[in-house]
Parts: sequence; structure tokens; C-alpha cells
Amino acid sequence: MKKDIIKLKRTPKITSTYSVVGHLEKEGPLGEFFDEYSHDDKFGKDSWEKAESEMQKRALSGALKKSGFIDTEIDTLLAGDLLNQCVGSNYGLSSFDTGYLGLYGACSTCSEGLLIGSCLYGGGIVNNCAVVTSSHYCSSERQFRFPLEYGGQRTPTAQWTTTGAGAFILSENGRVEISEVMIGKVIDKGIKDISNMGAAMAPAAINTLKRFFLESEHSPDFFDLIVTGDLGYEGSEILKELLLSEGIDIRKNHVDCGLMVFDREGQDVHAGGSGCGCSAVVMASDIVPNLECGILKNVLFLGTGALMSPMSLSQGGSIPAVAHLVRLSSLVK
Amino acid sequence: MDIFLDYLWAFVIGGCICVVAQILIDKTKLTPARILVLYVSLGVVLTAVGLYEPLVKLAGAGATVPLTGFGYAIANGVKKAVDEKGLLGAITGGIEATAGGISAAICFGLVMSLVFSSRPKK
Amino acid sequence: MNEKEYTEYVEKRAKKSPILKNCLFAFLFGGGICTLGQGFFHLYTYLGLEETDARTLVSITLIFIASLLTGLGVFDNIAKIAGAGTLVPITGFSNAVSSQAIDTKSEGYVLGVGAKIFTIAGPVILYGTFTGVIYGVIYYIATLIWG
Repeated sequence: MKKDIIKLKRTPKITSTYSVVGHLEKEGPLGEFFDEYSHDDKFGKDSWEKAESEMQKRALSGALKKSGFIDTEIDTLLAGDLLNQCVGSNYGLSSFDTGYLGLYGACSTCSEGLLIGSCLYGGGIVNNCAVVTSSHYCSSERQFRFPLEYGGQRTPTAQWTTTGAGAFILSENGRVEISEVMIGKVIDKGIKDISNMGAAMAPAAINTLKRFFLESEHSPDFFDLIVTGDLGYEGSEILKELLLSEGIDIRKNHVDCGLMVFDREGQDVHAGGSGCGCSAVVMASDIVPNLECGILKNVLFLGTGALMSPMSLSQGGSIPAVAHLVRLSSLVK
Repeated sequence: MDIFLDYLWAFVIGGCICVVAQILIDKTKLTPARILVLYVSLGVVLTAVGLYEPLVKLAGAGATVPLTGFGYAIANGVKKAVDEKGLLGAITGGIEATAGGISAAICFGLVMSLVFSSRPKK
Repeated sequence: MNEKEYTEYVEKRAKKSPILKNCLFAFLFGGGICTLGQGFFHLYTYLGLEETDARTLVSITLIFIASLLTGLGVFDNIAKIAGAGTLVPITGFSNAVSSQAIDTKSEGYVLGVGAKIFTIAGPVILYGTFTGVIYGVIYYIATLIWG
């Protein structure tokens, strides 16, 4: 039988992480755990796209510094963002003397990068690699929705793009290992509402989790946390409800990065955060550090991406989605 | 007293025109852009068949300030121009009548872009 | 669950916009802007302008106010509450043009601001003008037939 779970014989460890965020994320519940932030979201640059690139640059520099590596010791850089031609990554990381692969997986890019990096390491192809992803509220609004000053109303199911970049260094050193990964399938359930991306992504997350638990020796209870990327309130509720109807109960240990990064009551972010940067900064600042000190032992990280294109939507298309899974374990006894 | 009534009607009619759009936004799948296109075209049509003029008489700015009023201005401009210049007026009348608004919007827009930069939401 | 069932399931469970509250604010803000317009109209006719010119000047005044508030970053915060109340009056048209202009200046004044200024407001001008032209042609033919 074809196996969907990729079990890594040579398991990479997360050597270091680094997170850079904007002002709204800094004011959020995880504010104190982020490594760096900009009070005006501009990071000293004159355009939002350049600001996003700067975030990626700072995130990678920070992670490299923490890991003790220099850029020439890194074999491959896996990076992505939400912008056309991945300009956030392309420009942000051009100053590093490292092989570079640009990725696009919408908001799933963080897990996609960790997955590919782990496979490259697991196959013995690289020894050290780095994963960087980012999103910026302002550059995303411009590209996908309206100008920032445009006066519009959001519906309650709309999500708020996280301003942030997260970087991860994978090598043989570290206290958190990636032992299994699973590549997501593109799932399209016909959702066309740009203001309800959670609902567009939930079926992809359900598909990946169902396949994982069908094949895995572990039940959902085995994991301390099942972390989804950015389903937000709406998508998380759909995920839990529909999985339960299939006999998979993740209500006790499910968390969503989109719900963790902002305070939905106090911050006007509607259904929660989204974007490549959302899961990246939450993983880098909260989940991975908790694995490193042994508070968490086993975690499933499921990056969810709505592969939305404004052009396809205006041509009548719907929003396909993908969800990649990465299993993280703490090596602390 | 008359002045007070003028303001009251402007407020009520203007408010109602906006409420209809709000219901369309919240209850249907129509995007705001489509609703505005609908409004301006509807303004032209209603003026053409003579239904909008009474509303303007009653509510003044309450009927001319919403985008249907933009259509009203276009239709009136076209009619006047056709009366004066014949078929050529059908082409020139609409833009002529709304020249003030369009020109103001783009010129102020340019000036604002020279003075201000976009900023993140607080 | 097939696509249709899923879409229906999602739509049913999605929290709806607070329509009563939205309508109330749309009414108050929309009505308020129109009343302000009426005030300017009285002022301009009092100053001796004829009716059509006064109306045009009212539009220009409101366009200027909305444009300035857009530049100051205030308009979108008002619109968040007012909804259609700021969108439907001429203020919404002004905001669509100004916000686009400010937003695209990072791509330069010709290909950024210049080329993209009508991205949001363009449809209104196109279809307004086009409907007007059709009306003009019909009206012209009608005057030929019935004098």
C-alpha cells in the first residue's frame, strides 16, 4: 500500500528560531515572546514590500546568529511569502551567500519549507538548511484586496494578515526533532468567499489529518497539541466539527496560530490572523521554544494555505487549499 | 421652518438610499463596486423616466449627494446637451455635467498622494 | 460532503454581519453627509450661485473633505462603522480615488498613481457615462419622432 506519511530515518533538529513582527502582533497575547518588532510596521523602509523583505532579512540573520552558523555554512535556503513573484523572499534574502529555493504555498509555506527542508536533510542531501517565511498586512492588503486607506467593512469571518517573519535553522543540533512529515493535497470545496478563507482551508486540513491518523500508529490523544496554521475561528470550528463527525476528536488539543497571535476580543481582527508569517512567528516564538524546554513533547504542525488568486476569483473560480503536516518531538527527557 | 424641513428630508432620503445599499452589501453577494455601478446607472435611468427629479425637489442634497445623484447629473447633462447640440450632446453631455466631480476627485487624489503616505491600521 | 453541501454548510454556520447595527450607522452617516451637503448648498446659493453650479460645488466640497480625511488616515476608520453611509455618497467615490492614489505612489507617479487611480472608481464613471450616452441617443431619436 502506498504510504502517505514520510518517516525520516535521519531526523533534522530545529537548531534555532527567530521571529520578527509588526506593532499589532507585538500588542497581542504572544507579544513578549517575539524576538524583534517594528512600531510602525515599516522596518525603516519606504514601501510595504521592502518592509516585508527587511523582516525576512532580520529573521534569517537573527536565527543564524542564535544557531552559531554563518550563511556560507547553510546549504539551502527555503523561503516564501504571499507576494507576486515571492518578492519578499527574493529581495530580502539576496544578501545571504546560500543556495536559495523560493516557495509558494500561501499560508502553508512555513510547513512546506520545514517539510522540504526535513526531506532534504533526511535524504542526506543537505546538512544545514534554513526556512524563512513572512507576510505583511499592508503588502497583502494592497495585492489581494484594497488600498490601505480605502473605506470598507469586513465581515465577521474575515481574517487579518499577520505582519511577521519567522526563521528556522535545521541541522543535526537541537532539542526538537522532525520525525515525520506528510505532503498535503490540493483540496477545493468550492468556497468563493474571500472573507471566509478559514472555511476554504478547513477541508484541506481535514484531508491531511484524516490520512495521517488512518496511517499513523498514534491516535489524536497522543499529541500534546495539534497546531493548525491560520484557520482562524471559523475554520477551526469547522475542522473540529467535521473531524468529530468522522470519529476523530481533536477538540481538547487543537490550537490555531491565527487565534493565538491576536486577541480576538480586544483587537479588531475578526476571525483571527492569517498569512505565511502567522504560523511562522507563532511556531518560532511559542510552540518550538515550549518543545525545546520539554513543556510540550509531541506536536503536529499543520500549515494551512488558501491558494487564493484575485484573478481566478474574478473569473468565477473558487479557492483551493493545501495543508502540509510536520511532526515535531521534544528530545528533552 | 421650510429650511428645517429641507434638512430633514435631505437627512431621511439620503440615509435611506444608503441603507438600501447596506442591505444589498450584507444580504447579497454583490460587491460594493457592483452596487455603486448599479446605483449610478439606476440614477441615469430613473432621471430619464422622470422619477428622480421629484426626489431631488423634495430632498435636495439627500438625492444629489449619493451616487444615484451622480447618475442624475449625467442624465440631466445629456438631456440639456442633446437639446442644444443634437446627437453630439449624447456623447459630451454626461462627462461635461460630472466634470467638476471627476476632476476634483483625481486632482485632490494626486495632491493627497504627494502629501501623505499610506499607513497601517491601528 | 460534496461541494454544494459544504458551501451550504459553511454559509449556514458563518456569523452574519450585524445588519441592523450596520443599517442604523449607514442611515445616520449617510443622512448626515447629505445634510451637510444641503448646508453647503444653501450657503452657495445664498452666495449667489445658480442651482446647477451650487450642486457641483457641493460635490467638490464633499470630495475635498473625503479626500483629506483619506490622506489623514481617518476615512477608513469612519467607513468601518459607517459602511454604505460613507460609500454611497460622493465621499465614497472620492475615497476610492484618493486611497488608490496614495497607495500606488510607491510605484511612481506615472505608472503607479497615474495608471491606477481609477482602479476602484473607474467602473462608476464608465457605466454612468455609458448609460448616459444610451439615454442621450434614445432621447435624441425621441425628439426627432415627436419633436
